[in-house]
Amino acid sequence: MTQESNPFRRSFVPFRGRFDPCPPLGKRTFVTPPNLFIGFQPPDFPQFSPIEALKKGTLWKPFYDFYESPYKK
Amino acid sequence: MALMKSLPKEYYQQLEEIQAVDFVVYELVLYLDTHPNDSQAIQQYNQYAQYSKQLKTQFEALFGPLQFGTAVKNKQEWEWSTQPWPWQV
Amino acid sequence: MWAYEKKLMYPVKVSTCNPTLAKYLMEQYGGADGELAAALRYLNQRYTIPDKVIGLLTDIGTEEFAHLEMIATMIYKLTKDATPQQLRDAGLAEHYVSHDSALFYNNAAGVPFTATYIQAKGDPIADLYEDIAAEEKARATYQWIIDQSDDPDLNDGLRFLREREIIHSQRFREAVQMITDDQNQQKIF
Repeated sequence: MTQESNPFRRSFVPFRGRFDPCPPLGKRTFVTPPNLFIGFQPPDFPQFSPIEALKKGTLWKPFYDFYESPYKK
Repeated sequence: MALMKSLPKEYYQQLEEIQAVDFVVYELVLYLDTHPNDSQAIQQYNQYAQYSKQLKTQFEALFGPLQFGTAVKNKQEWEWSTQPWPWQV
Repeated sequence: MWAYEKKLMYPVKVSTCNPTLAKYLMEQYGGADGELAAALRYLNQRYTIPDKVIGLLTDIGTEEFAHLEMIATMIYKLTKDATPQQLRDAGLAEHYVSHDSALFYNNAAGVPFTATYIQAKGDPIADLYEDIAAEEKARATYQWIIDQSDDPDLNDGLRFLREREIIHSQRFREAVQMITDDQNQQKIF
């Protein structure tokens, strides 16, 4: 399992059988969001401004994880 | 019944400001639920809770009630049920 | 009791009249890992969870109803003024013949909501681990809906909701720690 440039994604390449009909998608990725790594939130965590917090869906910068479809070109 | 034909830009601007401030309040509530001894966060919560109340009072004077059970300005019309609902605006 | 506030938690917008996307969103309305299931699960678990976690379940459970209202708003806006033909083209003819354009608690495949989607074991660890899993499943569901959607305004709202799942999962993980930690080792900040 490798770490992508995005710190909150991991990837793997599934075994390819000789008779798999679909052309391979190649590397499969999955999300490993920040809440997996932070543990109990420490005090004085950096915050977004109110309007930015609303836009981002969290007040706390270290928990923000933007999602984009990995299939999007 | 006087359903407004369309709402002015200010409605959306002021509403979004309230949504942003209430969101901070909300995030601090969840944080405090698991960090009940963080006095700094309690202080920040109080500030934003106060600010939210102010913004809502201003908004309600212009566009009708947001919060259930609070006193209303307009005594001629029961705006709670005559003004549009969140999914309509 | 609960008191209604006449506003959405987040300003929901959609770009186009697109009943197909509304159909996908029903997964988060009446689906197994949807917002209704989440709200009912957390609020119901409150009665048997240790006292220090009741506040968190109450507040997150309440937020889930705000999310449910956002999903309902998205579905409403995506199907409002859609003709029966448009609904049929979106695969919603089966929905239409029973409900017209009314919202109903079923999932994207039309399966009605059931209480068997949620659990209350009475065991605090089992219940909180279910809650963490529920948040991760809801986060994944939002990802797959975003993958299927080409509506930038809708995706904006969906990204907000997805991020909320991350925060909720974080808080439930902290709750597990709170009730697992030695009582004498209170965290002081």
